[in-house]
Amino acid sequence: MLKSSVDRVAEATPHAIAKRMHGLSDRALAWLFVAPSIVLLLAVNIFPLIWTIRLSFTNFRVNRPNAEVEFVGLKNYLNILSDRDIWLTMQATAHFLIWTIVLQVLIGFALAYLINKKFRGNDLWTTIIVLPMMLSPAVVGNFWTFLYQPQIGLFNYAIGFLTGADPSSFSMIGDVALAPWAIIIVDTWMWTPFVMLICLAGLRSIPGSIYEAAECDRASKWRQFWTITIPLVLPFLMLAVLFRGIENFKMFDLVVQLTGGGPGSITELTSINLKREAFEKWRTGYASAYAVILFVTVFGLASIYVKALNKVKQR
Amino acid sequence: MTRFFNGLLHFRRSAWEMLASVLIAAGVIMLMQPFALALYSWSFVVTLLGTVMFIIVSHFPE
Repeated sequence: MLKSSVDRVAEATPHAIAKRMHGLSDRALAWLFVAPSIVLLLAVNIFPLIWTIRLSFTNFRVNRPNAEVEFVGLKNYLNILSDRDIWLTMQATAHFLIWTIVLQVLIGFALAYLINKKFRGNDLWTTIIVLPMMLSPAVVGNFWTFLYQPQIGLFNYAIGFLTGADPSSFSMIGDVALAPWAIIIVDTWMWTPFVMLICLAGLRSIPGSIYEAAECDRASKWRQFWTITIPLVLPFLMLAVLFRGIENFKMFDLVVQLTGGGPGSITELTSINLKREAFEKWRTGYASAYAVILFVTVFGLASIYVKALNKVKQR
Repeated sequence: MTRFFNGLLHFRRSAWEMLASVLIAAGVIMLMQPFALALYSWSFVVTLLGTVMFIIVSHFPE
């Protein structure tokens, strides 16, 4: 008689282990296997979070470990939420967030719409378009710094070629008016393919029969686009917007590599500002409160994101 | 709209989740808007309220 794989595994289990496991319920065994992950999660995620919340109510400074730590209540939160400099940082983040999302969604959707049409070399173009998002942000930041060089940068040369302006007459990362746009261009270049892939998944999930029915009803292409394509791709677009929104709200590496928050503090996003408070000014309690505010914001957005994701899954 | 308010009255998850999402979105907008410092100051409270509400109402029945 043929033995099942379960029987074979049971026979192969050493007698000592089998004896030790004897008497454990399925529930206890499940807990036994899950416990290491839960312990790791508690140690790496939950404990630091609780510790940060605790520190946010104190005047603790990590560079003065022997100084007396005082409980300051909500003072750190009140200071942050009435600080005009941090408010300006939030506005810089909003400018970055809004423009990157608008550009990425528009260009990403347009690319997905084109790629969705069958043409020669379709797969090759998809691969080429997707390449930027596979690179490390540190690498991207570094080579765009070279592209933005006024003297030798290809970007400046291209702009000069197209507009007739002198390439060395402007500096994308050194000019107060241009630096915010410099980081928007790079982020858009890097992450538009991601939005394109999500939109492509949405476009490919639309059954062809709906378009055939619309053709039978003599609906024009324009009408098909607005009444079939857009409504059915909308949940995917929303997902892309939320995902990029959360990611860009936390943006750090790319901007540090490109501008370091400068010139002045015009491209100083919240995460860069937070790092300065925590590891340059060493105001650990204050920075903890700042981190908690950002955490609650991202957590709130992530809750909406999960809800949107479930809606897409139900389709 | 009537359905939404009925959902709120009968503690339906979708209606309350919608309300929590609106609060979170309003909090984020208040945090980043360039018009009034007072809105910025109250943004965290609104976001926190929305987030806590979202966690609680996600356990309500459908």
